[in-house]
Amino acid sequence: MLLLAAPFLIESLLGRSWVRITDVALLFIMLALGLNIVVGFAGLLDLGYIAFFAVGAYCYGLLASPQFGLHWPFWALLPLGAGVAAIFGILLGAPTLRLRGDYLAIVTLGFGEIIRVLLNNLNRPVNITNGPQGITLIDPLQIDKFSLAQTHKALGLEFTPVHSYYFVFLACVLACIFISLRLENSRIGRAWIAIREDELAASAMGINTRNMKLLAFAMGATFGGVAGGLFASFQGFVSPESFHLIDSIMVLCMVVLGGMGNVAGVVIGAILLTALPEALRYIGPLQQRWLGKVIIDPADLRMLLFGLALVLMMLLRPSGIRPARRRRATSAANTPDAA
Amino acid sequence: MAPATVPLPYSAMEIFAQQIVNGLVLGSIYALVALGYTMVYGILGLINFAHGDITMVGALVSLTVAQMLAAAGLPAPLVLLLAGGAAMIVCVSLGVTIERVAYRPLRRAPRLAPLITAIGISILLQYTAALIWGKQYIAMPEIVGSARISILGAQLTGLQAAIFVLACTIMAALLWFIRSSRMGRAMRATAQNPDIAGLMGVNANTVIAFTFVLGSAIGAVAGLMVVLYYGLGHYFMGFMLGLKAFTAAVLGGIGNVAGAMLGGLLLGVIESLASGYIGDLTGGVLGSNYRDIFAFLVLVLVLVLKPSGLMGQHSGDRV
Amino acid sequence: MHKNPLPDFAVALLVATLLAACSKEAPQPVPKAAAPSEPQMLNVKIGSASPLTGPQAHIGIDIRNGVKLAIDDANAANIEIGGKKVKFEIVAEDDEANPTKATTVAQKLADSKVAAVVGHFNSGASIPASKIYSDAGIPQISPSSTNPKYTQQGFKTTFRVVAHDDQQGPTLARFAANTLKVKNVAVIDDSTAYGQGLADAFENTIKSLGAKIVAREHTTDKDTDFKAILTRIKGKKPDLIMFGGIDPQAAPMVKQMKEIAIKAKYIGGDGMQTPNFIKLAGDASEGAMASIPGLPKEQMPGGKEFLEKYKAKFNQGVELFAPMGYDAVMVFIDAMKRAGSADPAKFLPEVGKTSYQGVIGPIAFDDKGDLKDGPITIYVVKGGQWVPLETVKPNAGTPAAQK
Repeated sequence: MLLLAAPFLIESLLGRSWVRITDVALLFIMLALGLNIVVGFAGLLDLGYIAFFAVGAYCYGLLASPQFGLHWPFWALLPLGAGVAAIFGILLGAPTLRLRGDYLAIVTLGFGEIIRVLLNNLNRPVNITNGPQGITLIDPLQIDKFSLAQTHKALGLEFTPVHSYYFVFLACVLACIFISLRLENSRIGRAWIAIREDELAASAMGINTRNMKLLAFAMGATFGGVAGGLFASFQGFVSPESFHLIDSIMVLCMVVLGGMGNVAGVVIGAILLTALPEALRYIGPLQQRWLGKVIIDPADLRMLLFGLALVLMMLLRPSGIRPARRRRATSAANTPDAA
Repeated sequence: MAPATVPLPYSAMEIFAQQIVNGLVLGSIYALVALGYTMVYGILGLINFAHGDITMVGALVSLTVAQMLAAAGLPAPLVLLLAGGAAMIVCVSLGVTIERVAYRPLRRAPRLAPLITAIGISILLQYTAALIWGKQYIAMPEIVGSARISILGAQLTGLQAAIFVLACTIMAALLWFIRSSRMGRAMRATAQNPDIAGLMGVNANTVIAFTFVLGSAIGAVAGLMVVLYYGLGHYFMGFMLGLKAFTAAVLGGIGNVAGAMLGGLLLGVIESLASGYIGDLTGGVLGSNYRDIFAFLVLVLVLVLKPSGLMGQHSGDRV
Repeated sequence: MHKNPLPDFAVALLVATLLAACSKEAPQPVPKAAAPSEPQMLNVKIGSASPLTGPQAHIGIDIRNGVKLAIDDANAANIEIGGKKVKFEIVAEDDEANPTKATTVAQKLADSKVAAVVGHFNSGASIPASKIYSDAGIPQISPSSTNPKYTQQGFKTTFRVVAHDDQQGPTLARFAANTLKVKNVAVIDDSTAYGQGLADAFENTIKSLGAKIVAREHTTDKDTDFKAILTRIKGKKPDLIMFGGIDPQAAPMVKQMKEIAIKAKYIGGDGMQTPNFIKLAGDASEGAMASIPGLPKEQMPGGKEFLEKYKAKFNQGVELFAPMGYDAVMVFIDAMKRAGSADPAKFLPEVGKTSYQGVIGPIAFDDKGDLKDGPITIYVVKGGQWVPLETVKPNAGTPAAQK
């Protein structure tokens, strides 16, 4: 109930921009949940995760915009985006299976950059992605004449686009949470966790580590692909600028802050990291009022606090706000050494 | 303006020589920064994400000092020496402080925690620098003249030559230091097995702090080189430089000092040649816009074919 | 074993809401725009959206300063709209040059009931944000977005006070072909919407004028090492190198040209016609040329005065787009005065009919909201200064030849 009323509650309390922020937060929850499968469950450090988001977004953007004059319906495009992202996930996973830990991190980082540079440059010699100009006028989610980009009235409530998208995103997030939770306690999930904890032992137990790792990459990428498609329809515009390394790092931070492998923690991490920078914007007027002048540009302060928060979180609660159950057990055993 | 010795019809050979020179100079800067990454990784198994930003701080400090001293009319060599010295002092204290405050408490934490901390430190350094120096690109006064020499038709300024020679000297000295000195032996021992090194009387904390001192000092020198070479500094400049240097370190085999040097030089040359020739080789289908991709592609290839890097030993792969 | 996911999630949302609420309540009691109960004083908020953090912050802050200056000037001038005294107020937001943040910021500005928006800096932010302003009926003037697509989306609220890439690029090309008489040209862009758009428009026009493109190279807006591409260009022996991009790249590029002894001329767009270009490039900047929309600052009424005012207020030189940001505010105020109202719905039609003498020159919009062919001036660096070389008059040649 609270979830259903949330957008209207938020709007009356905080204004419509916060509904939009909530929408974006929901997208990031989806991304964080996807990355959680790769990093949290399977323990594969991915620093280029935003590439799957980009793939999903461009999939949708290219096939539902004037770019090629194509206007495929979203119910075909979202699964397609997810599928293509999954294929990219396997493409990334396959050659990197032998790599471990930090080597994997740098390769995934490179992969993320490669995707972005490709998107930025595939406008010549043949124009596919429209390069840095990006793709404009992307179709919103619509069935026949019913488009989420318009304001609808129902049940005495006004559903502006940000509200309608909230419900679509919410449904997707709940689906992602459901899938994540089911996966965690499934045979597959246990196999992933076994690989994360000790790959050698896992394969000795008869787990096909290769297939399991590929599956983790593909599953994680799928979440990213769906989120990307939704993002494209929500924004109506995609360009390579949205998919920088810093965005990958943001998603990773959400997963880590929340507690790797813990679904609820990851959700909290995503919400906190999306809302915090927005909330910090209000510091500027506060300085003005209390100190008479703005000493630190609020924009700088926001980044400074963000950096500081990351450091302090790791120092004080290295396993995140809500550590995964298994992780909690192991880190508790380890902490005495750390002191 | 230009000396009369410029040969007018540039032969393919001269262009090639020029590309190699370009790559080696750029690569020697990569190599210096890569050393900082690789030494810390070798000993702690930690990607010190903030190292690029320490270099940035070194660059901006030396830039400010040079600006002030050059305005006071001091002779160029003295300006450079003092600017470099100031940058080193700031970077070393910064590096040691970061290690003590942010990394040491996390030595036995889950593997990703120090990495996230390092990312946080990186952001902190960037925006503290933005507060101090502002967000504009800052110009470096032209202290060093732009006299040119010509090698095999390639144009080389005195500054470029100096950067290359100094970088090589530092690298050679570092190699010698690690091979032969007492502290170097302690570093190698700690890298191999910190517990046993501890049993043999090596103080791990001292060794690690010293590693940060060395890496930061070399980073400061690299920062000074960057502002001299490109003539400008900016609070965001450490990010891409750090990324490239890290790539270089992995290319050479992360944890391996000689490998970082080789990786840096190689990456510089690869980038130069790739962006210089890819357009002609592919008939214009691919262009210099793919320069950054080539660096990463080479990296992926090396890792897939020889995951421990060009010069890495198998023991370097830490579990 | 199976936990219901919902409670956790609800808690999470609550946390976010609370968090948001805490931060929100403090600074908000700003009076709503146009309070009807107070007939004498009218509060009008003008939004300013540009990157205030990140690598492009210096340019974004420049825009915000321009807006701030305009608002202070307007307040000092005791302007009356529809018989009421007006107090203008700036609402500056940081879009981080990020398309996603740009839409959030746009929504926020729409929420705080700004009457008009000056922004955003990059086309990548202006385009997605324009949809939100259009939905809210708030007029938007971008001081700097030059992507032609920005005004081609069919929104009535979308304007810009800068020549777009399809206007400036061809002008540069005609100058290069007709005045400099170059035959072989190398073109470099910085892989951004601005740089590449400008370079593409330049390349197309100069090809049609009979010059040969000997090399087309690309770099990025973060790079400072161009030796490799310049070396390749050197082998192709061009008479002219054209760069589509902004000063932090343009300056080291011209330096490195000199270092490897390239003797070709060097030309670029408004992105490198800045004092910082000369500061960063030093002696190497001598002889470099760049175009900028509008009349030379010294020749325009109020141009010099603007630079001095800016310097006095912010203790730094104008970076790039501050005059455009300043003029954008003035265009809004001008339209409000003519409409006799600060209600966007009322004065929006007047914005389209603008005919205003701004700091950057005469401002008028065509039916898409683009700046009508203003004059474009080519400058050259001489003795460490940008010196006007030639002003290309409006409608010189055939500006429509591109289409």
